[in-house]
Amino acid sequence: MIRFESVTKRYPDGTTAVDDLSLEVPRGGITVFVGPSGCGKTTSLRMINRMVEPTEGRILINDEDVADRKPARLRRSIGYVIQHAGLFPHRTVLANVMTVPTLIGWDKGRARTAAMEAIEKVGLTADQASRYPAQLSGGQQQRVGVARALASDPEVVLMDEPFSAVDPLVRTDLQNEVRRLQRELGITVVLVTHDIDEAISLGDHVAVMRQGGHLAQLASPGELLTEPADDFVASFVGKDRGYRKLGFTETQVEADPERTVSLGEDVPAGRGWVLVADEQEQPLGWVDRQGSGGPVQEEELHRMGSLAEVGDSARVFLDAALSAPSGRGVVVQDGRVVGTVTPERVLEAIRAQGGSDG
Amino acid sequence: MIGGVAWSTVGDLLLRHIYLAGVPLLLGLLISLPLGWLATRYRWLAPPMIAGTGLLYTIPSLALFILLPLLLGTRVLDDANVLVAMTLYSVALLTRTVADGLGSVPGATRQAATAMGYGELRRTFVVDLPLAVPVITAGLRVAAVSNVSIVSVAALIGVSQLGQLFTEGFNRNDMGPIFVGIGACVVLALVLDAGIALLSRVLTPWLRAGVAR
Repeated sequence: MIRFESVTKRYPDGTTAVDDLSLEVPRGGITVFVGPSGCGKTTSLRMINRMVEPTEGRILINDEDVADRKPARLRRSIGYVIQHAGLFPHRTVLANVMTVPTLIGWDKGRARTAAMEAIEKVGLTADQASRYPAQLSGGQQQRVGVARALASDPEVVLMDEPFSAVDPLVRTDLQNEVRRLQRELGITVVLVTHDIDEAISLGDHVAVMRQGGHLAQLASPGELLTEPADDFVASFVGKDRGYRKLGFTETQVEADPERTVSLGEDVPAGRGWVLVADEQEQPLGWVDRQGSGGPVQEEELHRMGSLAEVGDSARVFLDAALSAPSGRGVVVQDGRVVGTVTPERVLEAIRAQGGSDG
Repeated sequence: MIGGVAWSTVGDLLLRHIYLAGVPLLLGLLISLPLGWLATRYRWLAPPMIAGTGLLYTIPSLALFILLPLLLGTRVLDDANVLVAMTLYSVALLTRTVADGLGSVPGATRQAATAMGYGELRRTFVVDLPLAVPVITAGLRVAAVSNVSIVSVAALIGVSQLGQLFTEGFNRNDMGPIFVGIGACVVLALVLDAGIALLSRVLTPWLRAGVAR
C-alpha cells in the first residue's frame, strides 16, 4: 500500500537521516516505526506526506509516486496526528476537526456532520465540541487530534509519537482507542514511537530502525520477540522478551473449577485461600481460612490479583496466577468466575503449544 | 473656552492629531505585516531587517520632518511629510512586533497546519496571524501612544494638530493652551490604548474561555 523504494534523506550538512530504506507498509492494520532517537523514523514518516522530501528514491501510495502530487493536496488526503496534538488554540474543537473537510471543499453542513461523527467516534461529547482546546485535558486534546485526522475518512493516517506527552493511564486508553478505531474503520495507520513496548502492544507490523536510518527488521511483534534479526534488535526489544512474547501466544489454558463463597458465609479453618464472589459470581477477593475459621467479613478480603479473561494471552494468564495471593489466578468470562489457574497449569499449556508460535 | 482656547479649536486640532497619528499607525501595520512575515520566513533576513527598521526610530522627528520635503519633493507644509515620517516610526516599532508575534505561534500548531494541507499563505492568514494577535496588539498599543506623542513635534514646522497649542502657549507665554494640549494628548493616548486593548480582547475569545472541564 505504502512502498519505500531505496529512500535516502541526506541533509546539506552531510548527516544522513534515512539511508536506502526500502519497505512496504501493508494495507490495513497498524505499522509502527520504532527505534532510538536519530534513527530516522520521524523523517521517514514525514516523507510519506512530503513534509520532508527524500534526497533519493521514491515513495508510492497505491502505486502512485507521492512526488507527482501537489504537497498540500496530498496532505489533505492523509490523516496526521502530531505529538502534543498541535490543535489550533484559536478554534473550537469542532472547528479544529472541520479543518480538512473544509480544506477539501466540502460544504459547511457536510463538514460539520463529518466532524461531529469523528468527535463521537473518539469518545468526546457534543458539549466538548464547542470548547476551546485549552479547556480540555491533555488526553482529551489528543483525542481531538485523532478526530481531526479521521474527519475526512482518509485511507491512511500518520501518527507521530501521538501518546508520548500524556500520562501512562491515559496513554493506555488512547492506545486501545486507536486500535479499536483502526479495526472499525479498516484504515492503514503508520505510527512512530521510541517506545518498544508501545510498538509491540499496538503494532500489527513493527519496523525496527537503527541510528543512521537503517531498517533493522520489519516483522510482526511475535516474530520480533521470537526471532530478532540481529543483536541490535534483540537488545532493543529488551531482556524480558521471552516473557513478553507470551503476550502474543494464544494458549488454551483449561481453568480448574473453583468453589466460591459469598460474604458472611461461615468457612471452617483449614480450607486455606478461599475465593469470595457476589451473587452474580463476580469475584470480590481472597480470604485466608488456614489458621482460623468463621464467617467471611468484607474487611478481611485480600485484594485480588489481575484477572484473566477467557481467550486472553498466556501472559495475562500467567500474570493472573503470579499476582494472586493464593497462587491461583482467577479466570473470568463476562465478569463471572469460571475457575482458577496455577502457574504450572499455564506453563503446561505453553509447553503443549510448543511455545514458539508467534 | 478651556484654558483660553475655544472648544471648537481643541476639537479641530484633536481630529487633526488623530488623523496624523492614526493613519500612519494603520499604514505602518500594513507595511510591517509582510516585513515581519519575511523576517520569520527567512531567518537570515531577521537580524538586518529588525535592526534596520529599528534604526529608523532613532532619527530625530524634527530632522525627519524637515528632510522629507527635500527627499519627496513635497511642500514643507504638506501633511504628507508628517504622514510618511510617522509611518516610518510605526514600521520601526511594528516590524519587530509582527515578527515576534508570528514567531510566538507554537511549532506543533504550525506543523499540524502544514500537515493538514494548508498552503503557506493561507496558513499565515488563518492560523499564524490570529494567534499572533495578542503580541501584535501589544506592540500596536506602544506605537499608538508613541505616535500621539511624536506627532506633536510637527507643530514646529507649522503642521497643525494638538502640538500647536504648545507653540502658541510658548509664544504667548501662557500656560493655559499648554495644559489643554497635554490633557488632550493624554486623553487621546489613553483612548487609543484602551481601544486597541478592547479590539485585542474581541479578536481573541479563546484566551478568556474558562478552564471548565
